[in-house]
Formats: sequence, structure tokens, C-alpha cells
Amino acid sequence: MNLEDLAEIAEQSAEAEKKQRHCVRVCMAASCQSSGAGAVLDGLRQHAEQDAEGGVHVKSVGCMGLCSAGPLVSVDATEPKTEVMYKDVTPDDAAELYSSLDGDPLERLRCSTDIPFFARQQRIVLKNSGVIDPEHIDDYIAAGGYASLVRAVTERTPADVLREVKQSGLRGRGGGGYPAGLKWSTVAMAPEPHKFVICNADEGDPGAFMDRAVLESDPHRVLEGMALAGYAIGAEHAYVYIRAEYPLAVERLKKAIKQATKKGLLGRRISDTTFNFEIEIRLGAGAFVCGEETALMASIEGLRGQPRPRPPYPAEEGLWECPTLINNVETLANIPAILARGGDWFKGIGTEKSTGTKVFALAGRIANSGLIEVPMGIRLREIVEQIGGGIPDGRRFKAVQTGGPSGGCLPEEHLDMSVEYDTLRSAGSIMGSGGMIVMDETSSMVDVARYFMEFCMTESCGKCVPCRAGTVQMHGLLDKIAEGRATQTDLDLLEDLCDVVQATSLCGLGQTAPNPVLSTLRYFRHEYDEKLRPESERWPLLPVVTGDN
Amino acid sequence: MPGPPVTTAPGVKVRVVTLKINEHDIGARETDSILDVAQANHIRIPSLCFLEGLSTWGACRLCVVEIEGYPRPVSACSTTVSEGMVITTHSDRLKRYRRTILELLFAERNHVCSVCVSNGHCELQDLAAECGMDHVRVPYRNQPYAIDSTHEMYRVDHNRCVLCTRCVRVCDEIEGAHTWDVKGRGIECQVITDLNQPWGDSSSCTSCGKCVQVCPTGALVKKGTAAGEMEKHDEFLPYLAQMRGNQ
Ligand SMILES: Cc1cc2nc3c(=O)[nH]c(=O)nc-3n(C[C@H](O)[C@H](O)[C@H](O)COP(=O)(O)O)c2cc1C
Ligand code: SF4
Ligand code: SF4
Ligand code: SF4
Ligand code: FES
Repeated sequence: MNLEDLAEIAEQSAEAEKKQRHCVRVCMAASCQSSGAGAVLDGLRQHAEQDAEGGVHVKSVGCMGLCSAGPLVSVDATEPKTEVMYKDVTPDDAAELYSSLDGDPLERLRCSTDIPFFARQQRIVLKNSGVIDPEHIDDYIAAGGYASLVRAVTERTPADVLREVKQSGLRGRGGGGYPAGLKWSTVAMAPEPHKFVICNADEGDPGAFMDRAVLESDPHRVLEGMALAGYAIGAEHAYVYIRAEYPLAVERLKKAIKQATKKGLLGRRISDTTFNFEIEIRLGAGAFVCGEETALMASIEGLRGQPRPRPPYPAEEGLWECPTLINNVETLANIPAILARGGDWFKGIGTEKSTGTKVFALAGRIANSGLIEVPMGIRLREIVEQIGGGIPDGRRFKAVQTGGPSGGCLPEEHLDMSVEYDTLRSAGSIMGSGGMIVMDETSSMVDVARYFMEFCMTESCGKCVPCRAGTVQMHGLLDKIAEGRATQTDLDLLEDLCDVVQATSLCGLGQTAPNPVLSTLRYFRHEYDEKLRPESERWPLLPVVTGDN
Repeated sequence: MPGPPVTTAPGVKVRVVTLKINEHDIGARETDSILDVAQANHIRIPSLCFLEGLSTWGACRLCVVEIEGYPRPVSACSTTVSEGMVITTHSDRLKRYRRTILELLFAERNHVCSVCVSNGHCELQDLAAECGMDHVRVPYRNQPYAIDSTHEMYRVDHNRCVLCTRCVRVCDEIEGAHTWDVKGRGIECQVITDLNQPWGDSSSCTSCGKCVQVCPTGALVKKGTAAGEMEKHDEFLPYLAQMRGNQ
């Protein structure tokens, strides 16, 4: 495949599209599938087949974002170019929907795309999501896919690619926010001949589904990002580490790898150059800790998924002690666009220190939940009140939890904060991988802290003492507090354990496990205090001898 | 896909670096760990999972030290020294951390020293004394763990195990049998023999007793020892490891 071949495929697609009267897209990502999108798709396809006039293309696509209103269907008319979106579509609606194609939109099911939920977003990673058919490589190519890779390997040096990524200011989307360009150049500089690229698709945070959605909706984008990474750092082998609980994403990835290899966009001699790049899939059994990079690599090597102390960092000593570049799905999915439009373009989006966009999984007590992509620097309030549509049932906003079990809860006074790595961190939370859970006045912050502590306790790998034995004790104390059985001594002990576990744990899981407790204590300490028994009811303490006695 | 690539390491040059530990100027090889260097200079850093001759595990976290400019404490056993490092091994903060970690260990399983065969010869007990851990603030978990007495010579009492994996490592790395491993995760972790079979039924165990000798507590013991009788001898390890070029 060279650039002309890609252009030809794009042209053919455009031709085919021109012959269509309508393109009907049905979201077949996991969430919509689970609410019955499959039957809707089948129904619409049947109508299209029986349609004597023909020219209606019913297409299975990836996530359209507003998962809470699924199954979602969108209809494009070629002339004039319009788009209508429908929500909560049932198989029974298929006939009516189909017959409305040439007439007025079906108001009953209509979902306005002018609402802030859609209008306020800026889509880079999710650009093709809900638009192209993830199982057809030509659809991705027609949308401009693989051009960055082919151009890079045929016309640009690895150093050029590196320069663009550095220039973009892109920071890792897997949680830590480490500059991608810096990581790439460290691995690129390593003298060893064998290097690896790993795509971290473990996504273990409760409530997070950003990476799954990207893989289900646009798998080629991630593969292209990986190949560009391999070219830039000098690696020929790569792994996608993905949890087995994501069968649809795995299936689409497999299909995508096969298609790309067949077209010569992966595998040996890509675009007739000397660049070889093979991607393999490794399934994880679903342990949160296996998302931690050193544990992940141990798991790929066939060992118990346990972290080891860093340094050495994977960039220096990773898989089988070879220099290894490990990046998150979303980080890699940003790469083709950065190469296509330039690092400067990317840097122009977002803020100075957090460039580009971020995908969030918006959930909890919020009117519109689902998948959103917004520019960095957006106010938290815009996400909650405009995009999310505010809190339902006339309740009041209380807090938003960001960053999952490693993150924290931010109260109302932080709603006007700009969403960036460093501001979130200084407020006691983190960007994390992008889970965002909105809570209203009915949520108990002690319960929230207890929930996340329970998660960390059960997901601790058990290797190091502070995390293994500390989270259990912290959970016990939170239990005691939540149930009103605790005293001030218990709360003091809890705070003390937060410090020890945070400071001494071996890996990020233990080091960040206290964060939800610390942030709720920082902003909602009164809720803890309320749960402590009044002094008079405490267990008698040993008599204290003071000078007054 | 290739397996692990074979790297032929030619005689690598090792540099000498200078650093400070507790305000003493010290010279060391850049491949040494902080723990090695401290020991060589008679600075004692508490440690439990580390044992010379075995691979470094870095899990007990008792050896944490502070390095100037580092955001968090690091484990001395698994961190190599570098030029200009300024290390503190016994700040009040570190001492507090070590005490708490020991408290967590004592509360995790059942350590009633008075009826333990390792009483008086136990590294955990010694560490508690060394670090000044004289009481436990967290509740004892009081989970009863099994005792496996099926082996004809040895016994494993999980109530005394601190999951340091010294037994796992010595059996794998020195004896070459890999009888021991760890099952479960988090607080459910437990050392097992073979595929969680009784030790006595193990087909891989050679009964060499190395695991018993390196176990820091009363978890692995020789049968027939009464309270306080079980002494361990792990001095053979560095010698064995060196002789086998395992370093
Ligand atoms: C306990 C734990 C779980 C993690 N889980 C994930 C995960 O599911 N996906 C991910 O991309 N990164 C995860 N990370 C972060 C990775 O270790 C690593 O930093 C990341 O994959 C690097 O990619 P990035 O630089 O593109 O963010 C986890 C870290 C920890 C400590
Ligand atoms: S911090 Fe927790 S998860 Fe990480 S190594 Fe320690 S025990 Fe395992
Ligand atoms: S193993 Fe050590 S600390 Fe535990 S009971 Fe026996 S002597 Fe005491
Ligand atoms: S049995 Fe002994 S050596 Fe093995 S993990 Fe437990 S305490 Fe360590
Ligand atoms: S001796 Fe260093 S962590 Fe155990």
C-alpha cells in the first residue's frame, strides 16, 4: 500500500457513497448492543434488502457517545447532507424509522445533536467513532486512516515522527500524564537492538470504558498509532494487553490486525519499505494491578502479574529486559492525528501544560451519561452542567469523583476549575484514565471512600506489606466509621495508615489507594466527624494521670 | 514472535560513585544497591524479604530510605546507588513507617511468640525489637490459617508466614525445584507447595530443607522442635550463589 492506493480506496468509497440515498448507522458498541441494538440493526437491514428502490446502506458503527440513551441510530442523507440522530430505538421502531427516511424525521425518537452534549465536544480520538464501520478497514482508510503511517515510513525519518510527538505536548492518558514524546525518545535512544511496543488496554478502573469504546469503535486508529510508535523508536514487535472481559473489543482488534496485515500495513515490509511491525494480542485475566506497567509485562512474560520496583523503568528494562515503550490506548489513538496535522496543531488545543483533548466516561447522578471527548482546560462545571445536563430529580450537586480508585472527590467550589493534569492534582484528585462519577447530595462520602478502599483491598496483588495488610485495616476502619462504631482514635489511625501506605507501597496501586480517603477528608471531614460517636459514649479509656489529679 | 532475546554481555565496566549516607561520604560501585553499600559501611537498615544470595524482591518495605530530591521513600534493597545521592536511613518519619509496617505484619496473622518454635531466633521478632515496635494499634485479624504437617521432616505453619517469598526464591533459584509458589492475591495470598497439594505429597520437593533455613519466622520449621528450639542457618546462601555464578 502506498499513498496512491490509499487515495484510490478513499475514492471508491466516495463513489459508492454518492450512489447511496441514505446511510443509516446503528451503534453496535457494547453498551448499545446490550440494550438491543443488534435486533434494530437486523430489522433495518431487512427493510433495506426488501426496498425495491435500493440505495440505503445500513451500517454497523462504534460508540456515538450518549450511551444512556441507546440504542442510538443516525441517518445521513447524501443530498442535501444532513444528519438526524435517534435515541432509545427499539426493534419495533425499525419499520417506522425506515419509512421516514425520505420524508420528515421521526420526531418521536429524535435526539437533537445541537444539545451541548454533542456541541461542546471536540473529537480527535473519537473522530471516527460512531461514523465508520470498525470491522471494515476501507472505511478507516476512506476517513484518512493509515495515511500518517504510510507517509511516515515512506517519506519521513523516525526522528521526524519523534519530533512531532514531542512537539504536540501529548501526555500519557493512562493516568500518570507522563509526556509521551519524552518516553518515546528515551526508548528510541536505547542502544539495544530488540525493543517492544505495548498498548495498555487493561482498563481496570471501575466505571471506566473509554479504552474499550475506542477499541470497539476504531481499532485501526490504535494499530496505526502503535506502528508509528514502533517506527519512531525502532521496534518491530508489539503487544496489545487487553482484558478478556472485553470480548467484542478483542474480536474487532483481531479482525483489524488481520485486515491491516493483508493490506501490507502491518507485518513485514510495510509499504514496501524495510520497516517490519507485528502486533500480537495478549489477554489479561482481569486483575486491576495488571494495568500497572511492570505487572503487565510480567503477565505477558507468563509470570504472576505482580509489579516490581522501578527503576529500572520499562523504557530501559522492560519486556524480557529489553527497552519497552508502554502507552495507553487513548495515548496511541492520538498519534495518527498528530502526525497527520502536526504537533503544533495538537498543541494549539487544550492548555499549555495539558494539550489536546481527553475522553471521559461520564457516569453517576447525571442526566446524560456516556462517552465524551473535550478539550483540556474545559471547566468541570461545563462538563457536569452543560454536557452532562446537570443533576436529575431536582437534587443538588455534591461532588465529582475523578481518576477512579487512585483519584479523589472534588466538591462544588472546584467546579470552576480548569480540567488539567496539574490543577486536578493540586486539588487532591487526578485526571486518571478518565472515569468521572458525579454524586448528588444523597451520597455519603464515607461510603464512597469505603467503596474505593474495598476495591483496592481486593485488587491488591499482595506482594508488599503496606498495601496488602494496610488496605485491609483501612477498610476495616472505614467500615467502623461508616457504621457509627468508631472513635476519634480510629480516625487518627486511619489518617496515619493513609500516610504509611501512600509513602511506602511498592507500586502505584498501594501508593494511590489512600487518595479517595484523603480527598474526602480534605473536603468532607465533617461527614466523618458526624459518624464518630459522641465522647460520652466512647469506650472508657485508661485513666490518664495528669498534674491536676 | 521470538522469545526472550539472548544478550551476550561483554565485560561491562563498572564505575565508582560517591554518595552520602546519613552525612557520611561513601564510595561505592554504581551497580550496588543502597542496602549493599550501607551494610558494607556498617550502617544497618532493617530488612526482611531481602536475603543475600537470592534475587531482590522489594516487598516488605522495611528497608525504605529517603533520598534527597525524590518524591517518596524508596526501598534500599532494590535501588542502586548513583553519583551524588544523599540518603537518610533513620529519620523519625522512616522509623514511624517501619514500626507501622511491623504492626501490620503482626496483626495480619497470628504471632504469639511464647508458644512459637522460633521464639528467640526469629527475624520478625528481632525487627520488632530493633524498630521499637512495642504494641500494635490496629486490630488483630485473627484469621485461623492451616498448618501442614504432611512432610516427613518439616512443617509449614501459615499463621507465622509473612509472605516474604524467601522460600519460593531459594527453592526456585538455588535448589532448582520450584516447589513453592504463592496463590491468591491481596490478603488472601498464601505460599503453596506444587499446585496447592499437601507438602508431603509434593513430587518436586527434594527435602533439602533450604526453604526452612531461609524462612525468617516460625512458618517453616523442622518437625520435633519445641518452643524456642528452632534455629535457622542461612549463611550458606551467598557462598552457594557465588559458587554457582548466580550473582
Ligand atoms: C494499579 C495500576 C493500574 C493501572 N491500570 C492501567 C490501565 O488499565 N490502563 C493504562 O493505560 N494504564 C494503567 N496504569 C498506568 C500504567 O502503569 C502506565 O503508566 C501507562 O500504561 C503508561 O501509558 P501512558 O504514558 O500512555 O499513560 C495503571 C497503573 C497502576 C499503578
Ligand atoms: S502496592 Fe499493592 S498492588 Fe502494588 S505491589 Fe504492593 S501489594 Fe502489590
Ligand atoms: S514467627 Fe517470630 S514473630 Fe511470629 S510468633 Fe514466631 S517468634 Fe513470634
Ligand atoms: S514460609 Fe517463611 S520464607 Fe516462605 S514466605 Fe512465609 S515467611 Fe517467607
Ligand atoms: S528488604 Fe527491601 S523491601 Fe524487603
